[in-house]
Amino acid sequence: MTKLGKWAGRALVTAIASIGLTGVAQAWEPTKPVEFVVPAGTGGGADQMARFIQGVVAKHKLMAQPLVVVNKSGGAGAEGFLEVKGAKGDPHKIIITLSNLFTTPLATGVPFNWRDMTPGAMLALDQFVLWVNAEAPYKTAKDYIDDVKAKPANTFKMAGTGSKQEDQIITAMIDKVTGKKMTYVPFKGGGDVAVQLVGGHVNSTVNNPIEAEAHWRGGKLRPLCIMDNDKLPYTAKVTDSQSWADIPTCKSAGVPIEYLMLRGIFLAPGVTQEQVDYYVNLFKKVRETPEWAEFMQKGAFKQTFMSGKEFADWLGKTEAMHYGLMKEAGFLAK
Amino acid sequence: MEELNSLLHGFSVALTFHNLGFMVLGITLGILIGVLPGLGGANGIAILLPLTFSMDQTSAIIMLSCIYWGALFGGAITSILFNIPGEPWSVATTFDGFPLAQQGRAGAALTAAFTSSFVGAFFAVLLITFLAPLVAKFALKFGAPEMFAVQMLTFCSFVGMSKEPPAKTLAVMALGFALAAVGMDTVTGTLRMTFGQPELLKGFDFLIAVIGLFGIGEILLTMEEGLAFKGKSAKIQLNVVLQTWKELLRYWKTSIRSVLVGCWMGVTPGGATPASFMAYGLARRGAKDKDSFGKGNVEGVVAPETAAHAAGTSALLPMLTLGIPGSPTAAVLLGGLLIWGLQPGPLLFQEKPDFVWGLIASMYLGNLVGLFVVLTTVPWWAAILRIPFSVIGPVIIVICAIGAYTVHNSLFDVIMMLVFGVFGYLFKKLRYPLAPLVLALVLGDMAESSFRQSMLLSQGSLSIFWANPLVAGLMALSFLMLLWPIVPALKHYLRKHGN
Amino acid sequence: MERSEDAAAPGMSNRWPEILVALFLVIMGIIAITDSIRVGIGWEEGEGPQAGYFPFYIGCILLLSSGWVLLNAALKFGKPHPQFASWEELRSVMQMLVPLTIYIVAVVFLGLYLSSFILIAYFMKVHGKFGVIATALTSIGVPLAAFMLFERWFLVPLPKGPIEQMLGL
Repeated sequence: MTKLGKWAGRALVTAIASIGLTGVAQAWEPTKPVEFVVPAGTGGGADQMARFIQGVVAKHKLMAQPLVVVNKSGGAGAEGFLEVKGAKGDPHKIIITLSNLFTTPLATGVPFNWRDMTPGAMLALDQFVLWVNAEAPYKTAKDYIDDVKAKPANTFKMAGTGSKQEDQIITAMIDKVTGKKMTYVPFKGGGDVAVQLVGGHVNSTVNNPIEAEAHWRGGKLRPLCIMDNDKLPYTAKVTDSQSWADIPTCKSAGVPIEYLMLRGIFLAPGVTQEQVDYYVNLFKKVRETPEWAEFMQKGAFKQTFMSGKEFADWLGKTEAMHYGLMKEAGFLAK
Repeated sequence: MEELNSLLHGFSVALTFHNLGFMVLGITLGILIGVLPGLGGANGIAILLPLTFSMDQTSAIIMLSCIYWGALFGGAITSILFNIPGEPWSVATTFDGFPLAQQGRAGAALTAAFTSSFVGAFFAVLLITFLAPLVAKFALKFGAPEMFAVQMLTFCSFVGMSKEPPAKTLAVMALGFALAAVGMDTVTGTLRMTFGQPELLKGFDFLIAVIGLFGIGEILLTMEEGLAFKGKSAKIQLNVVLQTWKELLRYWKTSIRSVLVGCWMGVTPGGATPASFMAYGLARRGAKDKDSFGKGNVEGVVAPETAAHAAGTSALLPMLTLGIPGSPTAAVLLGGLLIWGLQPGPLLFQEKPDFVWGLIASMYLGNLVGLFVVLTTVPWWAAILRIPFSVIGPVIIVICAIGAYTVHNSLFDVIMMLVFGVFGYLFKKLRYPLAPLVLALVLGDMAESSFRQSMLLSQGSLSIFWANPLVAGLMALSFLMLLWPIVPALKHYLRKHGN
Repeated sequence: MERSEDAAAPGMSNRWPEILVALFLVIMGIIAITDSIRVGIGWEEGEGPQAGYFPFYIGCILLLSSGWVLLNAALKFGKPHPQFASWEELRSVMQMLVPLTIYIVAVVFLGLYLSSFILIAYFMKVHGKFGVIATALTSIGVPLAAFMLFERWFLVPLPKGPIEQMLGL
């Protein structure tokens, strides 16, 4: 840091402290705009969340410097991850992750790993729901799975986002349960996928709640089960008769599948603990805003927050799980 | 009429002094975004989205949709003046817009572009106002095979147009498809032609190629005349707008056809860029003096601009009613709606009528305000061409470099822009046509994924392309378009042998 | 062949440009074909056509069509070729291409702002023969406007170099 920068930084901190927004006078603060990398295209789930956070930070003035969202979606996110990996010691660059943190290096062999970056915090976990068209005869997950079992392989089509990523991994898990292969058809974005199902071009999807919620409310899609151990806590009615909390778990329907997607923040490698703490605190503040609560409910997210060692342990465990699942499905890079 | 009442209510929501201010501001920002290549509508709106979080909901969405209008309008400006498409859908506008400007008719070209944009967008808004539920149902019929058929149709209506040597046309077209294939294959997730280079992971962006081939290539071509080149004598005529309008009336057929193409492509969602190419191809086919296309025919500006804007506007329809964005820009707008707690989808019209009709009303108003703003600036834009080349040349280069960089924040792209620029110059000199290359680059990715998605759905059977009347009709139309150029020759042959 | 009429000015024939560009396209075709074969060009059970299926045929078309152009250009050896451009024209083009290339390299190392300033100032002063004041105003004004517009207003970071680092921007 230059002398001038240091001086400006200190003046800023003092100024903020004097108006009582923060009590810590010596803590590290960003000295220039922070780049918020999104390893996915504009309009997707991760992008939406990043831009939402950017908006919340700006609205509540949680940072003295602006947060700038930059999309680096090339190579299923590899472009973004490689950039952060390469920005050693740069505290002005953070990245939001999705499951491609694990799947992209495994499926493509592009050399990066979550250990190449500094884990910041887990913001939330995204759920997966098994959806069918509302006009389909299946009322429960069991009905559907039984029918898949009864018909020859490749009769059923599953649409999903991307290739060898979370949606296809879940499809492979379902295949294992049924013993019959479904045809997995990849599309660009979650919104497209849901519409393919509404239009009746495929039989089912495993869309995230937020991607399919509107169609459910509109009576076009039907949720069969949720791929988590517990039901969702959101009891506000979405349709006339059902809320998120009414969707049974897949386990209870005889489909023992559990899969959650990470929405977390990473920093560049080689940053100091003080800098990590700054961002962890920042996101804690973001999570306390009313907008965040509303966003979580809208998308039926699982609101788990982790940081530090707990988060690192979770990452290690989840990475191992992905390796196992992808190895079994034959998705590993040759 | 229920719609009319709702619309009037919408006008009362949107039409406050305060909101009109936001409209003008939004349009101006949008034009700026559209003019700067690279900083396209999607990026621009994404960047400005957080600014609107502190506004109230109606003002915010009015401002955002006006930025969207502005970006649509602005894309044409650099295409016409400097042969640099500010947006992908303005590429087809360069084919005739730039030659017009070279002939000192920049004012006419700009007026034609802006007015056509207005017409296209206006009819698309009418469609949204009165036919939204019906059209949404139609959009649902488009699965992967139908999408592929649409892309085929776009391609077939455009090829067979160039007078360049067939081998060279085929070669650049294949080059376009090959470049589009670089990067990750979306269907299998395999990396193709990246050779372990991280820079190649994201593939070749269409905009980088276009900025290089057209923008930089043109600068090099212009340089042949030497630096003594003192700018074009574009006379500032304040009545150029009225004069051009008179001329535009003659092209009403092209306008109607382009509106239809645009609305259809926006809704399905094929996108504004294919729509502009298809409309240009159709206009050329329908015209009596086919040879004047590409040399500065006003009709060649009217067709792509009308279609692009009809598409860009009607792309908002599937977004509002189905939650599928018809364009990348619509995708970002969609994100914006979600942040305000508005869930686009089939119920949005019932659940938030204030918002929806306010938005639709602001589309009418924003479009009108936009037309007014851009038309008043026509003489000034045209005057830019009078600046000597030794000033404007390097400035254009700087703008191109910024544009190439901002697409992906990548320095590698800036270098690629230079490479594409040199090839743009060489291709022009050696009579390789550029349009097929660009079209292949745009459509390559999409066409390949929809083809392979269809193959997956049908488990390898090509019969999926005539499995229902819609897809079969589209395919038949494509082949008809492909064979169309042979028809006159065939007629000639028959007449000769009939005697 | 639009240039062949003004053959009065001496210039370069288009033989070598024609051959080199066609050769480049041939190489691109070969690259596309070999890499497609590497990732597979057949049908994979459950995955549909493999990743190389489409680019393989594209590569073949590219190879054949550009091969044909190359062959034509090469066989016409000895026969007169149309002019590519006159030496005078090529010199003009180089007057742009050389600074342009240096500019792009400079952007990578020095950042965009400083390089743009130098590029605009160079053209205005050396080729445009503008006065110091007009040159300075434009060459400083454009990067400054870009800075305000992108970095400050739209919050888009542009490439920066050591100078900006020193200023702490």
